[in-house]
Amino acid sequence: MQCPYFPHTQEDLKQMLDKAGAVSLRDLFADVPEEFIYKGEFNLPDAMSEMEVLETFRRMESLDKPLTVFCGAGAYDHYAPAVIRYILSRSEFQTAYTPYQAEISQGTLRYIFEFQSMICSLTGMDCANASMYDGPTSAAEAMMMCVAASRRRRRILVSAALLPQVLDVVRTYADYHGMDVGTVAQADGVTSSDSLRELLSAGDVAGVLVPGINRYGIIEDLTGFADAVHGAGAILAVYSDPSSLAVIRTPGEWGADIACGDAQSLGMPLSFGGPYAGFLACRKEYMRKLPGRIVGATSDAQGRRAFVLTLQAREQHIRREKATSNICSNQSLMALYATVYLSLMGHEGLKRANDLSYAGAHYLHDRLIATGCFEDVFDKPFLKEFVLRSSVPADQLQRSLAEEGFFAALQTEEGYVSFCVTEKRSREEIDRLLAVIRTVI
Amino acid sequence: MSKTIEGLYYSQSHEWVKAEGNIALIGITDYAQEALGSIVYVDMPQEDDTVDVEQDFGAVESVKAASDLISPVSGTVREVNTALEDSPALLNTAPYENWIIKVEMSDPSQLDNLMSAADYAAYCETL
Amino acid sequence: MKYYDKLIFELSSPGRCGYSLPENRWGTSTDGLPDRLRRKDAPVLPQVSEPDVVRHYTNLSQMNFGVDSGFYPLGSCTMKYNPKVNEEVASLPGFASLHPLQPEWTAQGALKLYYDLSRALSTLTGMAEFSLNQFAGAHGELTGLMIMRQYHRLRGDDRRTRVIVPDSAHGTNPASAAVCGLSVVQVRSLEDGTIDVEALKGLLDDTVAGIMMTNPNTLGLFETHVKEIAELVHGCGGLLYYDGANMNALLGQVRPGDMGFDIMHLNLHKTFSTPHGGGGPGAGPVGVVPALAHCLPYPRVIRRPDGRYALMTDKDSCGRISGFMGNFGVLLKAYAYILMLGKQNVRNVGPYAVLAANYIKESLKDCYKLPVKGLCKHEFVFDGLADTSSGVTTLDVAKRLLDYGFHAPTIYFPLLFHQSMMIEPTETESKETLDAFIGVMRKIVEEAKSDPELLRSAPHNTPVGRPDETAAATHPVLKYEDM
Repeated sequence: MQCPYFPHTQEDLKQMLDKAGAVSLRDLFADVPEEFIYKGEFNLPDAMSEMEVLETFRRMESLDKPLTVFCGAGAYDHYAPAVIRYILSRSEFQTAYTPYQAEISQGTLRYIFEFQSMICSLTGMDCANASMYDGPTSAAEAMMMCVAASRRRRRILVSAALLPQVLDVVRTYADYHGMDVGTVAQADGVTSSDSLRELLSAGDVAGVLVPGINRYGIIEDLTGFADAVHGAGAILAVYSDPSSLAVIRTPGEWGADIACGDAQSLGMPLSFGGPYAGFLACRKEYMRKLPGRIVGATSDAQGRRAFVLTLQAREQHIRREKATSNICSNQSLMALYATVYLSLMGHEGLKRANDLSYAGAHYLHDRLIATGCFEDVFDKPFLKEFVLRSSVPADQLQRSLAEEGFFAALQTEEGYVSFCVTEKRSREEIDRLLAVIRTVI
Repeated sequence: MSKTIEGLYYSQSHEWVKAEGNIALIGITDYAQEALGSIVYVDMPQEDDTVDVEQDFGAVESVKAASDLISPVSGTVREVNTALEDSPALLNTAPYENWIIKVEMSDPSQLDNLMSAADYAAYCETL
Repeated sequence: MKYYDKLIFELSSPGRCGYSLPENRWGTSTDGLPDRLRRKDAPVLPQVSEPDVVRHYTNLSQMNFGVDSGFYPLGSCTMKYNPKVNEEVASLPGFASLHPLQPEWTAQGALKLYYDLSRALSTLTGMAEFSLNQFAGAHGELTGLMIMRQYHRLRGDDRRTRVIVPDSAHGTNPASAAVCGLSVVQVRSLEDGTIDVEALKGLLDDTVAGIMMTNPNTLGLFETHVKEIAELVHGCGGLLYYDGANMNALLGQVRPGDMGFDIMHLNLHKTFSTPHGGGGPGAGPVGVVPALAHCLPYPRVIRRPDGRYALMTDKDSCGRISGFMGNFGVLLKAYAYILMLGKQNVRNVGPYAVLAANYIKESLKDCYKLPVKGLCKHEFVFDGLADTSSGVTTLDVAKRLLDYGFHAPTIYFPLLFHQSMMIEPTETESKETLDAFIGVMRKIVEEAKSDPELLRSAPHNTPVGRPDETAAATHPVLKYEDM
């Protein structure tokens, strides 16, 4: 079957080969030792038509069981306004490269500048980069920033109340990067400030990472954290859910130096784990330690406002082994996603999404307690996500719910099950979930 | 051809040193600023930091390049040139009038390992 | 392209609304949270209507240049056509709505796709196993080096902390090595841009973890001594890492696994046609030989003997390097591309890409300086104009190309030459497009003679001219509030 992506006719090929001084395509690989030319057959199907490709994917799609999502744990099922997909599908955005040539990339550069502005406003920070891969890797980069900024200290502290995947990724990066990791204990479902103070007292800590909302869905009270951390000469980073920052106290307000997290909660599709976008923002004094692309405003020779990639001397293509990070791409198109989402929502829309999530989650929470089969593990304020102790074995409960079309009661730790409600879950859906749970328990 | 100033000491990594008793004023040479282009940022140590001979103590950044600052002597930083924070381009316009740090030398004999103006000019010719 | 000067914040007016959500009829809200946990002032976000948003971003898009807009010969970036069926499959609702933590038995289709793509990449590269969890090429490199270190550590060989990187390598290589806690040893290139094997020999000992190679290298040249290099590095106990940035040159013809490489990454957004999205999201799968499979990051997707798919964590794994299982949406696109090509057409990707590069090189080498003569692979490097008397630089040529509706090549890289101009046309550009580009490149040579100032002040037909980058970096303005 002819491939629609190859434009060459036989005549084109002949003329091009002539110019290249070759008789056949094989001649173009004359510099490759014969033994390396692959002569076997690839273990792939024959070329498919577009219809067959679509059919193949639809068949795979049908093997997945559609579930109504009542879990979060780092990936949240928020509503995405219809506009976003249409904007993102514009090929001028989608098929562009990193905006190296500023004169023909003002579209990308401007939305990244808008993204940076919005992230700063949500987090209460002074500057933000043009996005990271995802939340957990943004946390790892934040910790490497702390170590780079401190110059001499290599020890970081992470709260045990962070999402498990964030802890895992930070520990992996730390292991290879040569950072020594201490774990701040959790007490009664939140980061223990006593444990933090004790670990800081050695005076060798470069940076501390704590959650704004933790793995149990609890909103952490970080009163006194910044003073303790700064008093020990260290940097405080807060891992946040950006959607929640429309209503809950910001990393900036807690006195943090760095904010990081996953922008997925800004309406991005769950998409089996990606693509999402991480974010990373900081106070001005750490600006030059911030990894990744950063866009700045300037002007051209005629005085027209223009935007460019800036502070590039931090980056790998200039610093090579001395760069603050090896990041060279960003999640640009997903940053556009977040930017369009936040433009449409505004602070009021984001507040509404939070209110609806909060109200639905508290309704579900109270009804579950009322069944008598669940009890609170911690009595602490939560936003949209919470954990309960279940008298029914978690795996059995989760399986029964999945069979009825719900993804709920995710086992987070032995005996704990987690639920999450966003504005997408109607009262009807919640009642249906409750009805199924009552038949299972 | 780039400028040199008599009476200063020069390193192969293009720093100059002006000795004032026990104190060394350290800056970058005209050759260095020309090679870098428009300087946009100078990363400097803090007062009381120690610097070691042939170790980096900061960096100079232009739009498309960055170069580590290598200390020609060992000692303790006594003063940093804060004017460079707002006006890094001073290193372009007057490289020999704008020192970056003042270091109290722990071993002034290290100056003997550096080049004179004439030797440095000859060295630059070979690059 | 027309100049449009608004930022979304500048369209904002208090009371305007661009969202549509149900009224809150629950009777409770976040106002019920304790004061000390709530933010004081609302964030400063735009207050705009839906049509405002659509028009604003449409206007912004019109100041952007993508592969769909025109020829994009950006060296080492493989800006090939991004097929639209890819987008179609990635937006199927059954995949878009899957939660990454939902039970494996409810996500068998997605897991099968992940697994099938990993097998397809294995057959195309000759590597035994792939992890698809990496978000980008640089992320793949970092993971690959973690695997390298983990392999040595598991064998108790803790002294191997040096990694050899050619001086012609992408800057990402040494940066990834440094992030991974390895020290970088540079090996120099010969005049033809290939690795100096004699110099390499002097660097090899029992502290070497491995070598990172890009083949073809950043000059677009095949490293003909790769076999000897592999024997030398393996001989001293090191591993070979293949940077897949330039894999498009070889796709369908040569497999890194057959050349002796132990670990590699692929850039799906280059070689496998997924869109670059203005810098991301991409995907940088990592493949390894059988002896290293246990070191791959977790979670891994496996096919069980009963034909079901499951997630697995190996105790020897180098660790978790991503929140979940990578950019799944991007993986779907790459797999659609592979299915469209099939086992026959995939053989032509490399040869057609190489043909296009050689065609341009041979058509322009009389008026641009070609520092390394002879056959190139998918890309090649000019070192500025052949006639330098006008003083016109590579930057000027690049900017003038924008006026003619072409994207510029990669400029000032590799660092081996002062006026590098790295051109990579890919296999999806027609002869007519290549001829038009060649015509414009020749016209620019004429302009350099007749009117060099026209080039020095280029571009003239773009929404903005050359921005003042020095001002941007000296006094950074990084958010709207600071303007």
